[in-house]
Amino acid sequence: MMRVMFQLNGKPVEVEVEPRMHLADCLRDELRQTGTHLGCEHGVCGACTVIVDGAAVRSCLMLAVQAEGCTVVTVEGLSTDDALTPLQTAFRKHHALQCGFCTPGMLTTAHALLTEEPDADADRIRSALSGNLCRCTGYIPIVEAVLEARAAYQKTDKP
Amino acid sequence: MKPAPFEYQAPATLREAIDLLVSDPEATVIAGGQSLIPVLAFRLAAPSMLVDLRRVPGLGNIAVGESGVRLGARVRWRDIEHDRRLATAHPLLREAIAHVAHYQIRNRGTVGGSLAHADPAAELPGIAVTCDAEITLVGAAGARTIRAGEFFTGPLSTVRQADEIITELHLPFWPEHRRWAFQEFAQRQGDFAVAGIALFYDQDRYSRVRDPHVGVIGACNRPQRLRKVEVLLNGRAVDEDLIREAAAAAAQTIDPPEDFHAGVAYRRALVATLVERSLRTAAQARGS
Repeated sequence: MMRVMFQLNGKPVEVEVEPRMHLADCLRDELRQTGTHLGCEHGVCGACTVIVDGAAVRSCLMLAVQAEGCTVVTVEGLSTDDALTPLQTAFRKHHALQCGFCTPGMLTTAHALLTEEPDADADRIRSALSGNLCRCTGYIPIVEAVLEARAAYQKTDKP
Repeated sequence: MKPAPFEYQAPATLREAIDLLVSDPEATVIAGGQSLIPVLAFRLAAPSMLVDLRRVPGLGNIAVGESGVRLGARVRWRDIEHDRRLATAHPLLREAIAHVAHYQIRNRGTVGGSLAHADPAAELPGIAVTCDAEITLVGAAGARTIRAGEFFTGPLSTVRQADEIITELHLPFWPEHRRWAFQEFAQRQGDFAVAGIALFYDQDRYSRVRDPHVGVIGACNRPQRLRKVEVLLNGRAVDEDLIREAAAAAAQTIDPPEDFHAGVAYRRALVATLVERSLRTAAQARGS
Protein backbone atom coordinates (compact mmCIF):
# COMPACT_ATOMS: atom_id res chain seq x y z
CA MET A 1 0.00 0.00 0.00
CA MET A 2 1.13 3.53 -0.73
CA ARG A 3 0.04 6.85 0.69
CA VAL A 4 -1.04 9.44 -1.89
CA MET A 5 -1.93 13.07 -1.34
CA PHE A 6 -3.63 15.32 -3.85
CA GLN A 7 -6.19 18.10 -4.14
CA LEU A 8 -9.69 16.82 -4.86
CA ASN A 9 -12.29 19.44 -5.77
CA GLY A 10 -10.42 22.10 -3.85
CA LYS A 11 -9.72 20.06 -0.71
CA PRO A 12 -6.57 18.14 0.20
CA VAL A 13 -7.12 14.39 0.43
CA GLU A 14 -4.86 11.63 1.65
CA VAL A 15 -5.49 8.00 0.84
CA GLU A 16 -3.80 4.60 1.06
CA VAL A 17 -3.94 2.64 -2.17
CA GLU A 18 -2.41 -0.34 -3.88
CA PRO A 19 -0.13 0.85 -6.69
CA ARG A 20 -2.30 -0.96 -9.24
CA MET A 21 -5.47 0.93 -8.30
CA HIS A 22 -6.46 3.39 -11.00
CA LEU A 23 -7.57 6.87 -10.11
CA ALA A 24 -11.24 6.15 -10.90
CA ASP A 25 -11.44 3.30 -8.39
CA CYS A 26 -9.62 5.47 -5.86
CA LEU A 27 -12.13 8.30 -6.33
CA ARG A 28 -15.15 6.01 -6.18
CA ASP A 29 -14.23 3.28 -3.71
CA GLU A 30 -11.79 5.01 -1.38
CA LEU A 31 -12.97 8.63 -1.49
CA ARG A 32 -16.66 7.81 -2.12
CA GLN A 33 -16.96 10.32 -4.95
CA THR A 34 -19.19 8.19 -7.14
CA GLY A 35 -20.01 10.87 -9.72
CA THR A 36 -17.12 9.58 -11.81
CA HIS A 37 -18.50 6.63 -13.76
CA LEU A 38 -16.60 3.61 -15.01
CA GLY A 39 -17.61 2.07 -18.28
CA CYS A 40 -14.87 0.16 -20.03
CA GLU A 41 -11.82 0.48 -17.74
CA HIS A 42 -9.42 0.48 -20.67
CA GLY A 43 -9.64 3.96 -22.10
CA VAL A 44 -12.33 3.65 -24.74
CA CYS A 45 -15.62 5.05 -23.38
CA GLY A 46 -14.65 8.33 -21.71
CA ALA A 47 -17.20 8.01 -18.88
CA CYS A 48 -14.48 8.27 -16.22
CA THR A 49 -13.00 11.54 -17.51
CA VAL A 50 -11.77 13.84 -14.74
CA ILE A 51 -9.68 17.02 -14.87
CA VAL A 52 -6.08 16.66 -13.64
CA ASP A 53 -3.99 19.82 -13.44
CA GLY A 54 -6.42 21.50 -15.83
CA ALA A 55 -6.46 18.79 -18.50
CA ALA A 56 -9.25 16.29 -19.14
CA VAL A 57 -7.88 12.77 -18.68
CA ARG A 58 -9.29 9.29 -18.32
CA SER A 59 -9.13 8.29 -14.69
CA CYS A 60 -9.07 4.59 -15.64
CA LEU A 61 -5.81 5.24 -17.55
CA MET A 62 -4.04 6.89 -14.66
CA LEU A 63 -2.88 5.22 -11.48
CA ALA A 64 -3.98 6.79 -8.22
CA VAL A 65 -0.32 6.90 -7.15
CA GLN A 66 0.42 9.05 -10.21
CA ALA A 67 -1.96 11.72 -8.85
CA GLU A 68 0.49 12.58 -6.04
CA GLY A 69 0.61 16.38 -5.76
CA CYS A 70 -1.93 16.90 -8.55
CA THR A 71 -5.10 18.96 -8.61
CA VAL A 72 -8.05 16.73 -9.48
CA VAL A 73 -11.53 17.97 -10.35
CA THR A 74 -14.42 15.53 -10.76
CA VAL A 75 -18.00 16.19 -11.78
CA GLU A 76 -18.75 16.83 -8.09
CA GLY A 77 -16.31 19.72 -8.22
CA LEU A 78 -17.88 21.55 -11.13
CA SER A 79 -20.52 23.25 -9.00
CA THR A 80 -19.96 24.40 -5.45
CA ASP A 81 -23.58 24.54 -4.34
CA ASP A 82 -26.97 23.10 -5.28
CA ALA A 83 -27.31 25.29 -8.36
CA LEU A 84 -26.47 23.87 -11.76
CA THR A 85 -23.53 25.39 -13.63
CA PRO A 86 -24.23 27.08 -16.97
CA LEU A 87 -22.88 23.95 -18.69
CA GLN A 88 -25.18 21.69 -16.69
CA THR A 89 -28.11 24.04 -17.30
CA ALA A 90 -27.44 23.85 -21.04
CA PHE A 91 -27.31 20.03 -20.87
CA ARG A 92 -30.72 20.04 -19.16
CA LYS A 93 -32.22 22.54 -21.59
CA HIS A 94 -31.05 20.64 -24.67
CA HIS A 95 -31.86 17.17 -23.35
CA ALA A 96 -28.18 16.32 -23.64
CA LEU A 97 -28.60 13.29 -21.42
CA GLN A 98 -31.03 10.47 -21.04
CA CYS A 99 -29.72 7.62 -18.90
CA GLY A 100 -26.94 9.85 -17.58
CA PHE A 101 -24.18 7.29 -17.46
CA CYS A 102 -21.85 9.17 -19.83
CA THR A 103 -22.81 12.60 -18.49
CA PRO A 104 -20.04 13.08 -15.88
CA GLY A 105 -17.43 12.40 -18.56
CA MET A 106 -19.19 14.66 -21.03
CA LEU A 107 -19.38 17.49 -18.48
CA THR A 108 -15.77 17.24 -17.32
CA THR A 109 -14.49 16.99 -20.90
CA ALA A 110 -16.58 19.95 -22.08
CA HIS A 111 -15.66 21.99 -19.00
CA ALA A 112 -11.93 21.44 -19.54
CA LEU A 113 -12.28 22.21 -23.24
CA LEU A 114 -14.27 25.43 -22.80
CA THR A 115 -12.01 26.60 -19.98
CA GLU A 116 -9.04 26.40 -22.36
CA GLU A 117 -10.88 27.17 -25.58
CA PRO A 118 -14.01 29.24 -24.89
CA ASP A 119 -14.45 29.87 -28.62
CA ALA A 120 -14.35 26.21 -29.68
CA ASP A 121 -16.58 25.70 -32.71
CA ALA A 122 -18.89 22.73 -33.31
CA ASP A 123 -16.15 20.78 -35.13
CA ARG A 124 -13.71 21.28 -32.29
CA ILE A 125 -16.34 20.29 -29.73
CA ARG A 126 -17.17 17.15 -31.70
CA SER A 127 -13.48 16.32 -31.93
CA ALA A 128 -12.92 16.78 -28.19
CA LEU A 129 -16.01 14.73 -27.33
CA SER A 130 -15.20 12.00 -29.86
CA GLY A 131 -13.62 9.95 -27.08
CA ASN A 132 -16.83 9.95 -25.04
CA LEU A 133 -19.43 7.37 -25.94
CA CYS A 134 -23.15 8.07 -25.48
CA ARG A 135 -25.72 5.43 -26.38
CA CYS A 136 -28.83 7.54 -25.77
CA THR A 137 -28.71 10.98 -27.29
CA GLY A 138 -27.14 10.65 -30.72
CA TYR A 139 -24.70 13.40 -29.63
CA ILE A 140 -26.44 16.30 -31.40
CA PRO A 141 -28.05 17.70 -28.23
CA ILE A 142 -24.73 17.36 -26.39
CA VAL A 143 -22.92 19.43 -28.99
CA GLU A 144 -25.74 21.99 -28.94
CA ALA A 145 -25.53 22.24 -25.15
CA VAL A 146 -21.76 22.75 -25.19
CA LEU A 147 -22.08 25.37 -27.93
CA GLU A 148 -24.60 27.27 -25.83
CA ALA A 149 -22.49 27.03 -22.67
CA ARG A 150 -19.57 28.77 -24.38
CA ALA A 151 -20.96 32.17 -23.39
CA ALA A 152 -20.33 31.42 -19.72
CA TYR A 153 -16.64 30.67 -20.36
CA GLN A 154 -15.74 33.89 -22.20
CA LYS A 155 -12.90 35.64 -20.45
CA THR A 156 -14.24 38.81 -18.88
CA ASP A 157 -11.00 40.74 -19.39
CA LYS A 158 -11.42 40.50 -23.17
CA PRO A 159 -11.70 43.90 -24.85
CA MET B 1 -9.95 -5.23 -15.93
CA LYS B 2 -7.65 -4.87 -12.95
CA PRO B 3 -3.90 -5.13 -13.50
CA ALA B 4 -1.89 -7.77 -11.67
CA PRO B 5 -0.15 -6.33 -8.60
CA PHE B 6 3.10 -4.41 -9.08
CA GLU B 7 5.44 -2.25 -7.10
CA TYR B 8 5.57 1.46 -7.98
CA GLN B 9 8.52 3.85 -7.87
CA ALA B 10 8.78 7.48 -8.95
CA PRO B 11 12.51 8.25 -8.86
CA ALA B 12 13.76 11.84 -8.94
CA THR B 13 16.57 11.33 -11.46
CA LEU B 14 17.21 9.40 -14.65
CA ARG B 15 20.13 7.64 -12.93
CA GLU B 16 17.88 6.34 -10.15
CA ALA B 17 15.31 5.24 -12.71
CA ILE B 18 17.93 3.22 -14.61
CA ASP B 19 19.24 1.72 -11.35
CA LEU B 20 15.72 0.53 -10.55
CA LEU B 21 15.40 -1.07 -13.99
CA VAL B 22 18.77 -2.77 -13.54
CA SER B 23 17.77 -4.02 -10.08
CA ASP B 24 14.66 -5.74 -11.43
CA PRO B 25 14.62 -7.18 -14.96
CA GLU B 26 10.82 -7.53 -14.76
CA ALA B 27 10.36 -3.81 -14.11
CA THR B 28 9.08 -1.51 -16.82
CA VAL B 29 8.83 2.22 -17.46
CA ILE B 30 5.65 4.27 -17.28
CA ALA B 31 5.14 7.88 -18.35
CA GLY B 32 1.63 8.86 -19.51
CA GLY B 33 0.51 5.24 -19.35
CA GLN B 34 -2.00 5.65 -22.17
CA SER B 35 -0.78 2.51 -23.96
CA LEU B 36 0.70 0.67 -20.99
CA ILE B 37 -2.27 0.83 -18.62
CA PRO B 38 -4.68 -0.88 -21.06
CA VAL B 39 -2.01 -3.54 -21.62
CA LEU B 40 -1.81 -4.03 -17.84
CA ALA B 41 -5.62 -3.99 -17.48
CA PHE B 42 -5.92 -6.80 -20.03
CA ARG B 43 -3.02 -8.55 -18.28
CA LEU B 44 -1.13 -8.79 -21.55
CA ALA B 45 1.84 -7.78 -19.42
CA ALA B 46 2.46 -8.19 -15.72
CA PRO B 47 5.61 -6.27 -14.78
CA SER B 48 6.81 -6.61 -11.20
CA MET B 49 7.52 -2.88 -10.91
CA LEU B 50 6.55 0.34 -12.67
CA VAL B 51 9.22 3.03 -12.77
CA ASP B 52 7.36 6.33 -13.30
CA LEU B 53 9.26 9.09 -15.10
CA ARG B 54 6.96 11.85 -13.83
CA ARG B 55 9.57 13.36 -11.48
CA VAL B 56 12.58 12.94 -13.75
CA PRO B 57 13.71 16.41 -14.89
CA GLY B 58 14.57 17.45 -18.43
CA LEU B 59 12.28 15.11 -20.37
CA GLY B 60 9.44 17.53 -21.07
CA ASN B 61 11.05 20.00 -23.48
CA ILE B 62 10.40 20.77 -27.12
CA ALA B 63 13.48 22.36 -28.69
CA VAL B 64 13.31 23.94 -32.15
CA GLY B 65 16.54 24.93 -33.85
CA GLU B 66 18.77 24.71 -36.90
CA SER B 67 19.32 21.01 -36.32
CA GLY B 68 15.59 20.31 -36.31
CA VAL B 69 13.07 19.49 -33.61
CA ARG B 70 13.95 17.70 -30.40
CA LEU B 71 11.09 16.21 -28.41
CA GLY B 72 11.73 15.09 -24.85
CA ALA B 73 10.35 11.67 -24.02
CA ARG B 74 7.69 13.06 -21.69
CA VAL B 75 6.37 15.63 -24.19
CA ARG B 76 2.64 15.02 -24.49
CA TRP B 77 0.56 15.14 -27.66
CA ARG B 78 -1.12 18.20 -26.21
CA ASP B 79 2.25 19.96 -25.91
CA ILE B 80 2.92 19.34 -29.60
CA GLU B 81 -0.56 20.59 -30.53
CA HIS B 82 -0.09 23.77 -28.49
CA ASP B 83 3.44 24.61 -29.70
CA ARG B 84 2.94 27.18 -32.46
CA ARG B 85 6.59 26.97 -33.57
CA LEU B 86 5.93 23.48 -34.92
CA ALA B 87 3.50 24.83 -37.53
CA THR B 88 6.57 25.85 -39.54
CA ALA B 89 9.30 23.84 -37.80
CA HIS B 90 7.54 20.52 -38.50
CA PRO B 91 4.08 20.74 -40.10
CA LEU B 92 4.06 17.02 -40.92
CA LEU B 93 4.49 16.16 -37.23
CA ARG B 94 1.67 18.51 -36.24
CA GLU B 95 -0.68 17.07 -38.84
CA ALA B 96 0.08 13.47 -37.89
CA ILE B 97 -0.31 14.09 -34.16
CA ALA B 98 -3.81 15.49 -34.75
CA HIS B 99 -4.78 11.89 -35.60
CA VAL B 100 -3.54 10.41 -32.31
CA ALA B 101 -6.38 8.89 -30.29
CA HIS B 102 -8.79 11.23 -28.49
CA TYR B 103 -8.67 14.52 -26.59
CA GLN B 104 -8.24 12.96 -23.14
CA ILE B 105 -5.52 10.58 -24.30
CA ARG B 106 -3.68 13.40 -26.09
CA ASN B 107 -3.65 15.21 -22.75
CA ARG B 108 -1.55 12.44 -21.17
CA GLY B 109 0.05 10.28 -23.85
CA THR B 110 3.75 10.89 -24.46
CA VAL B 111 6.37 10.77 -27.21
CA GLY B 112 8.54 8.24 -25.40
CA GLY B 113 5.60 6.03 -24.53
CA SER B 114 4.43 5.85 -28.13
CA LEU B 115 7.93 5.01 -29.39
CA ALA B 116 8.48 2.36 -26.73
CA HIS B 117 5.04 0.80 -27.24
CA ALA B 118 5.72 0.55 -31.01
CA ASP B 119 2.21 -0.07 -32.25
CA PRO B 120 2.45 -0.56 -36.05
CA ALA B 121 -0.58 1.72 -36.47
CA ALA B 122 0.77 4.56 -34.30
CA GLU B 123 1.42 7.92 -35.89
CA LEU B 124 4.60 9.08 -34.16
CA PRO B 125 6.69 5.97 -34.92
CA GLY B 126 5.60 6.40 -38.54
CA ILE B 127 6.72 10.03 -38.60
CA ALA B 128 10.01 9.10 -36.91
CA VAL B 129 10.78 6.44 -39.52
CA THR B 130 9.62 8.54 -42.47
CA CYS B 131 11.72 11.52 -41.37
CA ASP B 132 14.90 9.56 -40.56
CA ALA B 133 14.62 10.66 -36.95
CA GLU B 134 17.00 9.58 -34.21
CA ILE B 135 15.95 8.11 -30.88
CA THR B 136 18.17 8.56 -27.85
CA LEU B 137 18.16 5.94 -25.12
CA VAL B 138 20.00 5.95 -21.82
CA GLY B 139 20.76 2.77 -19.94
CA ALA B 140 23.23 1.26 -17.51
CA ALA B 141 25.89 1.15 -20.24
CA GLY B 142 25.38 4.83 -21.11
CA ALA B 143 23.57 6.70 -23.87
CA ARG B 144 23.10 5.60 -27.45
CA THR B 145 21.32 7.10 -30.42
CA ILE B 146 19.53 4.90 -32.93
CA ARG B 147 17.94 5.72 -36.27
CA ALA B 148 14.19 5.23 -36.08
CA GLY B 149 14.32 2.87 -39.08
CA GLU B 150 16.44 0.49 -37.01
CA PHE B 151 14.56 0.99 -33.74
CA PHE B 152 11.29 -0.77 -34.56
CA THR B 153 11.63 -4.51 -35.14
CA GLY B 154 8.00 -5.67 -35.25
CA PRO B 155 4.61 -5.23 -33.62
CA LEU B 156 5.17 -3.83 -30.10
CA SER B 157 8.87 -4.69 -30.48
CA THR B 158 11.93 -2.47 -30.50
CA VAL B 159 15.66 -2.76 -29.90
CA ARG B 160 15.27 -1.03 -26.52
CA GLN B 161 16.89 -3.06 -23.74
CA ALA B 162 15.08 -3.62 -20.44
CA ASP B 163 17.34 -1.17 -18.58
CA GLU B 164 17.08 1.57 -21.21
CA ILE B 165 14.88 4.66 -21.08
CA ILE B 166 14.03 6.71 -24.17
CA THR B 167 14.99 10.31 -23.49
CA GLU B 168 14.59 12.13 -26.81
CA LEU B 169 13.35 12.01 -30.38
CA HIS B 170 15.29 14.17 -32.84
CA LEU B 171 13.57 15.04 -36.11
CA PRO B 172 15.95 16.50 -38.73
CA PHE B 173 15.57 20.10 -39.90
CA TRP B 174 12.47 20.80 -41.99
CA PRO B 175 13.06 23.26 -44.85
CA GLU B 176 10.48 25.94 -45.58
CA HIS B 177 9.26 24.96 -49.04
CA ARG B 178 9.07 21.23 -48.56
CA ARG B 179 5.99 19.48 -49.98
CA TRP B 180 4.26 17.08 -47.62
CA ALA B 181 1.10 15.23 -46.69
CA PHE B 182 -0.23 12.92 -44.02
CA GLN B 183 -3.24 10.77 -44.87
CA GLU B 184 -4.77 8.23 -42.55
CA PHE B 185 -7.87 6.08 -42.66
CA ALA B 186 -9.55 4.87 -39.49
CA GLN B 187 -13.11 3.73 -39.00
CA ARG B 188 -13.84 6.55 -36.57
CA GLN B 189 -11.87 9.60 -35.50
CA GLY B 190 -9.28 8.56 -32.95
CA ASP B 191 -9.42 4.86 -33.79
CA PHE B 192 -6.30 2.95 -34.73
CA ALA B 193 -5.27 3.59 -38.32
CA VAL B 194 -6.24 0.82 -40.72
CA ALA B 195 -3.54 2.42 -42.86
CA GLY B 196 -1.72 5.73 -43.03
CA ILE B 197 0.80 7.39 -45.32
CA ALA B 198 3.31 10.11 -44.41
CA LEU B 199 5.06 11.65 -47.36
CA PHE B 200 7.36 14.57 -48.15
CA TYR B 201 9.77 15.70 -50.82
CA ASP B 202 11.72 18.74 -51.89
CA GLN B 203 11.75 20.10 -55.43
CA ASP B 204 14.43 21.17 -57.86
CA ARG B 205 14.02 24.29 -59.98
CA TYR B 206 12.13 22.32 -62.62
CA SER B 207 9.57 21.22 -60.00
CA ARG B 208 10.90 17.68 -60.06
CA VAL B 209 10.78 15.59 -56.90
CA ARG B 210 13.99 15.52 -54.90
CA ASP B 211 14.73 13.20 -51.99
CA PRO B 212 11.21 11.79 -51.47
CA HIS B 213 10.34 10.06 -48.22
CA VAL B 214 7.25 7.86 -48.10
CA GLY B 215 6.31 6.00 -44.93
CA VAL B 216 3.44 3.67 -44.09
CA ILE B 217 1.69 2.82 -40.82
CA GLY B 218 -1.10 0.37 -40.05
CA ALA B 219 -0.73 -1.72 -43.18
CA CYS B 220 2.56 -3.25 -42.04
CA ASN B 221 4.00 -5.03 -39.01
CA ARG B 222 6.12 -1.98 -38.14
CA PRO B 223 6.39 1.55 -39.50
CA GLN B 224 8.54 1.54 -42.61
CA ARG B 225 9.52 3.52 -45.68
CA LEU B 226 8.36 2.46 -49.12
CA ARG B 227 11.72 2.58 -50.92
CA LYS B 228 10.38 1.41 -54.26
CA VAL B 229 7.88 4.24 -54.30
CA GLU B 230 10.59 6.71 -53.33
CA VAL B 231 12.82 5.55 -56.20
CA LEU B 232 9.90 5.86 -58.58
CA LEU B 233 9.13 9.42 -57.48
CA ASN B 234 12.69 10.70 -57.40
CA GLY B 235 13.58 13.09 -60.22
CA ARG B 236 10.14 13.22 -61.78
CA ALA B 237 7.43 15.87 -61.78
CA VAL B 238 4.22 14.88 -60.01
CA ASP B 239 1.55 14.33 -62.68
CA GLU B 240 -1.37 11.95 -63.12
CA ASP B 241 0.81 9.20 -64.58
CA LEU B 242 3.26 9.34 -61.71
CA ILE B 243 0.50 9.39 -59.11
CA ARG B 244 -1.01 6.26 -60.67
CA GLU B 245 2.33 4.46 -60.88
CA ALA B 246 3.27 5.39 -57.30
CA ALA B 247 -0.08 4.22 -55.92
CA ALA B 248 0.24 0.89 -57.70
CA ALA B 249 3.84 0.44 -56.56
CA ALA B 250 2.88 1.17 -52.95
CA ALA B 251 0.10 -1.42 -53.00
CA GLN B 252 2.51 -4.02 -54.38
CA THR B 253 5.36 -3.19 -52.04
CA ILE B 254 3.60 -3.58 -48.72
CA ASP B 255 3.03 -6.83 -46.87
CA PRO B 256 -0.15 -5.97 -44.97
CA PRO B 257 -1.55 -7.88 -42.03
CA GLU B 258 -5.03 -9.36 -42.08
CA ASP B 259 -7.14 -8.63 -39.02
CA PHE B 260 -10.63 -7.96 -37.77
CA HIS B 261 -10.75 -4.55 -39.46
CA ALA B 262 -9.42 -5.30 -42.93
CA GLY B 263 -8.03 -8.02 -45.14
CA VAL B 264 -4.88 -7.96 -47.24
CA ALA B 265 -6.55 -6.89 -50.50
CA TYR B 266 -8.46 -4.10 -48.76
CA ARG B 267 -5.32 -2.74 -47.11
CA ARG B 268 -3.43 -2.79 -50.42
CA ALA B 269 -6.24 -0.85 -52.11
CA LEU B 270 -6.38 1.54 -49.17
CA VAL B 271 -2.66 2.23 -49.27
CA ALA B 272 -2.88 2.94 -53.02
CA THR B 273 -5.67 5.43 -52.38
CA LEU B 274 -3.80 7.10 -49.51
CA VAL B 275 -0.62 7.44 -51.60
CA GLU B 276 -2.68 9.00 -54.37
CA ARG B 277 -4.33 11.45 -51.96
CA SER B 278 -1.00 12.25 -50.34
CA LEU B 279 0.67 13.09 -53.64
CA ARG B 280 -2.25 15.28 -54.69
CA THR B 281 -2.21 17.09 -51.34
CA ALA B 282 1.56 17.53 -51.39
CA ALA B 283 1.53 18.84 -54.96
CA GLN B 284 -0.66 21.76 -53.89
CA ALA B 285 1.58 24.42 -52.43
CA ARG B 286 0.33 25.59 -49.08
CA GLY B 287 1.27 27.90 -46.31
CA SER B 288 2.01 26.25 -43.04
